[in-house]
Amino acid sequence: MNTATMEAPVRPQDAHRASPTEYHVERAAEGAAITISNFNLFYGAAQALYDVNMEIQRGMVTALIGPSGCGKSTLLRSLNRMNDLVDNLRINGQVKVGLHNRPDGLDIYAPGTDVIALRKRMGMVFQKPNPFPKSIFENVVYPLRVEGISDKAMLEEACERALKGAALWEEAKDRLQESALGLSGGQQQRLCIARAIAAEPEILLMDEPCSALDPIATAKVEDLMYQLRGQFTIVIVTHSMQQAARVSDNTAFMYLGRLIEYGATDTVFTGPKVQQTNDYVTGRFG
Amino acid sequence: MSTYIESKGASVSAEPQAKSVRRYTADLSAVGEPALWAFGGALALGIILVSGFLLAIFWNGVSTFWPKPIEVVTLKDGGQVAGEPSRVNLYRLEPNVLAALPEAVRNQIARNDGYVRRNLYRIGNYDLYNEDFRWVSEFDVASSERPRDFFFVERQEWGPFIGRIKELVVDDLNVAPDTLGVDGLRREQAAARARFDEIRRIERSEIGKVNHLINQERLELRRVELRHGVDSAEFREQTTRSQARIAELEKEYVVLQARADEIKARDQRFRVVLEEVGGDTKETQLSQVVRFYPANDLSLFGKIGVYLSRWGEFLTAEPREANTEGGILPAIFGTVVMTLLMVFVVAPFGVITALYLREYAKQGRLVAMVRIAVNNLAGVPSIVYGVFGLGFFAYTVGGGIDALFFPERLPSPTFGTGGILWSALTLALLTVPVVIVAAEEALSAVPRSIREGSLACGASKWQTIRSVVLPHALPGIMTGLILAMARGAGEVAPLMLVGVVKLAPELPVDGFFPFVHLERSFMHLGFHIFDVGFQSRNSEAGKPMVFVTTLLLLALIVAMNSSAIYIRNRLKRQFAGSQF
Repeated sequence: MNTATMEAPVRPQDAHRASPTEYHVERAAEGAAITISNFNLFYGAAQALYDVNMEIQRGMVTALIGPSGCGKSTLLRSLNRMNDLVDNLRINGQVKVGLHNRPDGLDIYAPGTDVIALRKRMGMVFQKPNPFPKSIFENVVYPLRVEGISDKAMLEEACERALKGAALWEEAKDRLQESALGLSGGQQQRLCIARAIAAEPEILLMDEPCSALDPIATAKVEDLMYQLRGQFTIVIVTHSMQQAARVSDNTAFMYLGRLIEYGATDTVFTGPKVQQTNDYVTGRFG
Repeated sequence: MSTYIESKGASVSAEPQAKSVRRYTADLSAVGEPALWAFGGALALGIILVSGFLLAIFWNGVSTFWPKPIEVVTLKDGGQVAGEPSRVNLYRLEPNVLAALPEAVRNQIARNDGYVRRNLYRIGNYDLYNEDFRWVSEFDVASSERPRDFFFVERQEWGPFIGRIKELVVDDLNVAPDTLGVDGLRREQAAARARFDEIRRIERSEIGKVNHLINQERLELRRVELRHGVDSAEFREQTTRSQARIAELEKEYVVLQARADEIKARDQRFRVVLEEVGGDTKETQLSQVVRFYPANDLSLFGKIGVYLSRWGEFLTAEPREANTEGGILPAIFGTVVMTLLMVFVVAPFGVITALYLREYAKQGRLVAMVRIAVNNLAGVPSIVYGVFGLGFFAYTVGGGIDALFFPERLPSPTFGTGGILWSALTLALLTVPVVIVAAEEALSAVPRSIREGSLACGASKWQTIRSVVLPHALPGIMTGLILAMARGAGEVAPLMLVGVVKLAPELPVDGFFPFVHLERSFMHLGFHIFDVGFQSRNSEAGKPMVFVTTLLLLALIVAMNSSAIYIRNRLKRQFAGSQF
């Protein structure tokens, strides 16, 4: 069981932290950003999530791993109610999102919840880059435009900050008014990340953000997550266990709609408590 | 397909060793699949039909205005015919006519299998002959020549005159045309036309304006009467005011009329005496001559000049002679304005409907039924829309508007009859299914990921639709609009009921407040084609006009569509780029 070979490599920018464990303890004191309790989800008659209970720590990177169809993306999309777009969707249970104005947690499925306000506080990056058919600048400042901000200086400042945050500024600063569709795939994905962080949300949801990227672009996005950790609470769905090991503080392993094991990434990869997790992380199935 | 490829491949590889080399030359029956030939043949047939049709319209339309020579034909019985050769055909003689012919001619006809060739001449001079065209059989012809002194004279009324210019009366003094020469004639005619235009301008715009103001004054009086009653102080006050104003305007009218009469009187002193081939003469005012040219004495440049001047008149003038001559500016204007008006109505209406159906409505049985109904609307015969437009828009809505806003004009209707607005609305109704279907397709083709991206940014549904979905769907929506426009611009049947007329002297836009008169009836190129081709006194005379008008209508639709396509492509370019 302890033969799990995954080892999170220590990155230069991570060196100042004494150890991941210490970092955990330090951040965990700040409490849970998202609390999921007894959460069940049904697509029509088919149940996709069974009794999920989970606390996502504030300021940390939490990875959701598991084989295809296990419900990771469904769970992620439940966190900002993107699943609302699906017909015949039913849920029961509770998801509480702690935002700065609601530290006790906002019950997002309670009737009368302002979904739009919620989504404004939660950025989301999708599996495939989905830039809008607009200029790079307009793509990045879209969340601000949506809020009705039209002050040029403010938008420009936000655009520069977001693009720098997404490590795209150097490549894009001279072509801000060009179509975003002219960027390469990796650039488009970083643009989508810039868009997701432009309005300075508190939580960043990433649904397999690197699945369509080449290794170089993937490395850039991962670097980015390292830099963003601490500022944002990041939840990332990933297929790549190496990636989960590299970037996350906590890892949740899901299988067939159930949360099998959830804990610090080190523990999940090197000493999982459940046999299924061990089999998965060592590549015996999945 | 596969067997064909295999057999070919095998034989190619076998070729070097084979003793008898198999050749794949034009053995059409043996190669290829029947279905392929059927599809290719159908395509070729379609292309040939369409391009033949376009070519026929183009050639006939383009050549119509080219000046033709005038032939003077002397018949065997001594009579003479002068006219433009129009076309030729072969026919069989009645036996009794044939029997009456001399032996030599009969033999000649027998050698031609009994067929006789005849020429159709456009002889003009309708006021003298009561016909525009005349057939002349070849065996009747003794001789034919093209005299240089024959003129083709286009007149304001009665159509063209073909003959000599015998005499000119300049300021009541007779002048032999030879002393003036063609240039002098042309100068005098230009001066006469200038007088004609001046008279028309005074009568149309100046007297028209006075009449308009008098009418406004009467309407104002009637309005006050309706509001306050005949016995009221307001009415009495308005009566005195209106009468004073009308008296003033009538004085103006008298002055203008006197000015017009003066010019008319002067115009009477310039006349031209035309002589037809048989020697009959016709005296007419010089100002009635629109254009004249010595048909057989024209240089190439002269011909080009006449050609261009005719095109110029066609495109910029009003029709004359029951629409068979003159220009079609009102029809061009009416078609363009009506089509644009229709687009402005149908675009928002169709797009909003599609947006609701696709984005907001809960997809269920009801929406499915609405969709089926919309699709079926596209198949309703267009005349039914015309009947509906007349009954609903013109009589019900228009009648209501009249009763509410224009009671002083009743019983003569303002909006309560066919007009350009009702035509545009009727056509909008006719074309809205096309737009809805196209817009729905375009909306459903917007990738889900982009909508999600926008929603995840905290955009509301409407913000998402407005700033992400609609821009993305716009090229597709434009395609639907282009289709709708093409259909609307070419539609005639419903318009005959809701506002198109044979001749509309007033354009829907003029200098009188409120400048745009959407209640007015208008002229339309499609209806013009029908009217000139099939409703005029002589369809042979209208035929060239039909071709030219068809050519113009096609050109107009092509122009409107190309500009729409240009706009669409510019929009599309916005979304181009290396898509992942």
